[in-house]
Amino acid sequence: MTDEERKKPKLIPNRTPIPEQDPKERGKNFNEVSLGYSVEQALLEAERCIGCARPPCVKGCPVNVPIKDFIAYIQAQDFQSAINKIKETNILPAVCGRVCPQEDQCEKACVVGKKFEPVAIGRLERFAADWEREHGHRLKPKIAPSTGKKVAIIGSGPSGVTCASDLAQLGHQVTIFEALHEPGGVLLYGIPEFRLPKKMVAGEIAGLADMGVVIRTNSVVGKLMTVDELMEEYDACYIATGAGLPNFMGIEGENLNGVYSANEFLTRTNLMKAYTFPEYDTPIKVGDRVAVVGGGNVAMDSVRTALRLGAKEATIIYRRSETELPARGEEVHHAKEEGIRFEMLTSPIRIVGEDGWAKAIECVKMELGEPDDSGRRRPVPIAGSEFEVPADIVIMAIGTGANPLVPRSTRDLELTQRGYIIADEETGRTSRPGVYAGGDIVTGSATVILAMGAGRKAANDIHKYLMGEPEPETVQKA
Amino acid sequence: MAKILEKRLIRPPDVFYFKIDAPQISRKAQPGQFVIIRLHDHGERIPLSLADIDPDEGTISLIVMAVGKTSAEFVRMKAGDEISDLCGPLGQPTHIEKLGKVIVIGGGFGVAPLFPIARAFKAAGNKVVCVMGARSADLLIYEKEMGEVCDEVLVTTDDGSKGVKGVVTVALEQELEKGDTNLVVAVGPAIMMKFVCLTTKNFGVKTMVSLNPIMVDGSGMCGACRVSVGGETRFACTDGPDFDGHLVDWDLLMSRQKMYLGEEKESFEAWKARHPDILTEA
Ligand SMILES: Cc1cc2nc3c(=O)[nH]c(=O)nc-3n(C[C@H](O)[C@H](O)[C@H](O)COP(=O)(O)OP(=O)(O)OC[C@H]3O[C@@H](n4cnc5c(N)ncnc54)[C@H](O)[C@@H]3O)c2cc1C
Ligand SMILES: Cc1cc2nc3c(=O)[nH]c(=O)nc-3n(C[C@H](O)[C@H](O)[C@H](O)COP(=O)(O)OP(=O)(O)OC[C@H]3O[C@@H](n4cnc5c(N)ncnc54)[C@H](O)[C@@H]3O)c2cc1C
Ligand code: SF4
Ligand code: SF4
Ligand code: FES
Repeated sequence: MTDEERKKPKLIPNRTPIPEQDPKERGKNFNEVSLGYSVEQALLEAERCIGCARPPCVKGCPVNVPIKDFIAYIQAQDFQSAINKIKETNILPAVCGRVCPQEDQCEKACVVGKKFEPVAIGRLERFAADWEREHGHRLKPKIAPSTGKKVAIIGSGPSGVTCASDLAQLGHQVTIFEALHEPGGVLLYGIPEFRLPKKMVAGEIAGLADMGVVIRTNSVVGKLMTVDELMEEYDACYIATGAGLPNFMGIEGENLNGVYSANEFLTRTNLMKAYTFPEYDTPIKVGDRVAVVGGGNVAMDSVRTALRLGAKEATIIYRRSETELPARGEEVHHAKEEGIRFEMLTSPIRIVGEDGWAKAIECVKMELGEPDDSGRRRPVPIAGSEFEVPADIVIMAIGTGANPLVPRSTRDLELTQRGYIIADEETGRTSRPGVYAGGDIVTGSATVILAMGAGRKAANDIHKYLMGEPEPETVQKA
Repeated sequence: MAKILEKRLIRPPDVFYFKIDAPQISRKAQPGQFVIIRLHDHGERIPLSLADIDPDEGTISLIVMAVGKTSAEFVRMKAGDEISDLCGPLGQPTHIEKLGKVIVIGGGFGVAPLFPIARAFKAAGNKVVCVMGARSADLLIYEKEMGEVCDEVLVTTDDGSKGVKGVVTVALEQELEKGDTNLVVAVGPAIMMKFVCLTTKNFGVKTMVSLNPIMVDGSGMCGACRVSVGGETRFACTDGPDFDGHLVDWDLLMSRQKMYLGEEKESFEAWKARHPDILTEA
């Protein structure tokens, strides 16, 4: 036991539960599932942090939020200072507190977690962010005197937004180019309202305007202008276009009516607000039986969205077993509470149609064989185990790839074989001086916080580059 | 926001021409490309082909046929009004080169995007013959304009009130029989393009078509626009909209276009009930 732990012997072993909407009720609405801590609950939970001298939790966070310090402010009931502290390194705390995979990051490293449940860092972060929105004064960020330098940022997801915010504060003039009609990236069009209310995203983005960042929506880079053209007008460029190209399996029947990519299904619902049709003009099909192929966060979001749109039966079809489900534990737990069916060790081989519409998915049962490259046991089909899962809506949530619009229209940009941009992990530098990249377009689908971290690192290096520090070395293909 | 500078009735009661202030798009846009518009906050995103591009003036033109809620709402807008969102240019430009003789063939609003395409083929040094058809003479659009950029315009009407009596493929076949056609470009309803392709296939003449599946983002992110060409799934918004018509799975396209028929009707009917004066006022 460490000294710190000895000081507070009466640590409550379990974390303070967070109030949630009743599973039966919430399956019918798009309101947020988790209701957030009250002041009393937050104080109770904050007390569980023992304030480690060298807090490992901070290292577990990709942007090194000063966790110990902000929790100390919560303990002291100085919530404004708590949120200011978080914002020193994280401009989207209301988002991260909700969607970070904390169990694999900050909370995984928490000392309390060695013996008991770790401190609920994410919930406290969310509490502080929500408290500020409801009661606090948004601290106007300090903007350095203008440097006269102009930076173009492509994509307004978490990575682009973070980079823009940092650069604007350093005194650069920043313009974000966004393909869609509203900024926010996956936070807006992908992650559903019941997990991340859109007003949170809008609130965080409004902060950018306060800093003088210009956001140009409806601007598809690679079409309306190229990176090469932007580089004539701007001193540097940060590409943060995400990994938005939906994958399909290439099986028979995948183009039938009723078969969606998760991107389309979620975009119609979230960005276009199809769940309010006909109040909003964009329609969406909701079947009685919805099957979602995949096991990640995107699959969970799709299946739970389908349920809320009115599906009588909503099923996850995943080819490995439950222990391998890549989705966050909390999401799987929520999905189960809501009555989502899980068809594990099952792989689709064909979508069966009737009059142009999906009717069922023919699947085959799988068993786990030898471990593959990822260290997970490889699923192998069991011969003769074919069966049909009835489904009038099928949603493919089997991952995304790199959208080629920007990479292909940019001169001298080194790409990986799969079309992602090659960029240095620490600086975001690409093969072209002054052109930077980060977030999902470099790493492939990852997390909000990693995309933000990349934006921050790139901003630091872009600043050095713009302020005339030695010409940076570009990255070369290995 | 994009401002409507000019509005003209092209064909009563439901087809209108709009000139829109879009300096940046006009500098980049090429024939065969399209834009996606969203009229207002609650609006749907719908794709519309570029019917003209004028980089000097900084404008683009659209021809809109009122077929459902969004297009009907659009044609009620007036010069001076602003469209909430205008995104483009999207899609690949039509591949223009000097080939010899090119037949451009259009139906419905399809004649509109054919205009800049025909003009570009003409400018590239081709002989350009336009074939256009309608049910009757009063339903033809853009005949005069096409006459200005094509060497010849052949008209067909179902009732024989003008030009050759019959559907467009009748005139197309007569033209193909001359044996000097190097390329056919067809834009219009899927069913028309399908029959054009069946006709040109017999003559072994390469045929480019502009596919119009339902779209959402128009930039390759959603896959709503997937079509099957030569047995492969392609995204019409980024890989197209132009494809080799002889390889297109037309039945799939037509089936996918009908995916929201019920919803479209519901939303249009509800809107019409609120706007009993719909097209007469426009
Ligand atoms: C449904 C879903 C659920 C998820 N859940 C979680 C979760 O719970 N926790 C978590 O940490 N992560 C989650 N993720 C992953 C996370 O959202 C992404 O890793 C993160 O958003 C990547 O950020 P980004 O800024 O790199 O790209 P994005 O968020 O993808 O943003 C890219 C932006 O660039 C724009 N763009 C693309 N091309 C162009 C162009 N040519 N010109 C102009 N603009 C362009 C796009 O429209 C978009 O707005 C989820 C993802 C999805 C899809
Ligand atoms: C590349 C492309 C270019 C087009 N160019 C033109 C044009 O220049 N002029 C013109 O009048 N129309 C054009 N269209 C068709 C136009 O987009 C549809 O008429 C419009 O979306 C109808 O919307 P609505 O709400 O009025 O009707 P709805 O009631 O929604 O639909 C009526 C019909 O339009 C089709 N449709 C509906 N939504 C879409 C959508 N998002 N994308 C494509 N088709 C849809 C449906 O198949 C349906 O048959 C084009 C379509 C594409 C894909
Ligand atoms: S940003 Fe994410 S990982 Fe970092 S402390 Fe907050 S919740 Fe944890
Ligand atoms: S959150 Fe956990 S690791 Fe971090 S300071 Fe508190 S007790 Fe220590
Ligand atoms: S319209 Fe979304 S990918 Fe083509």
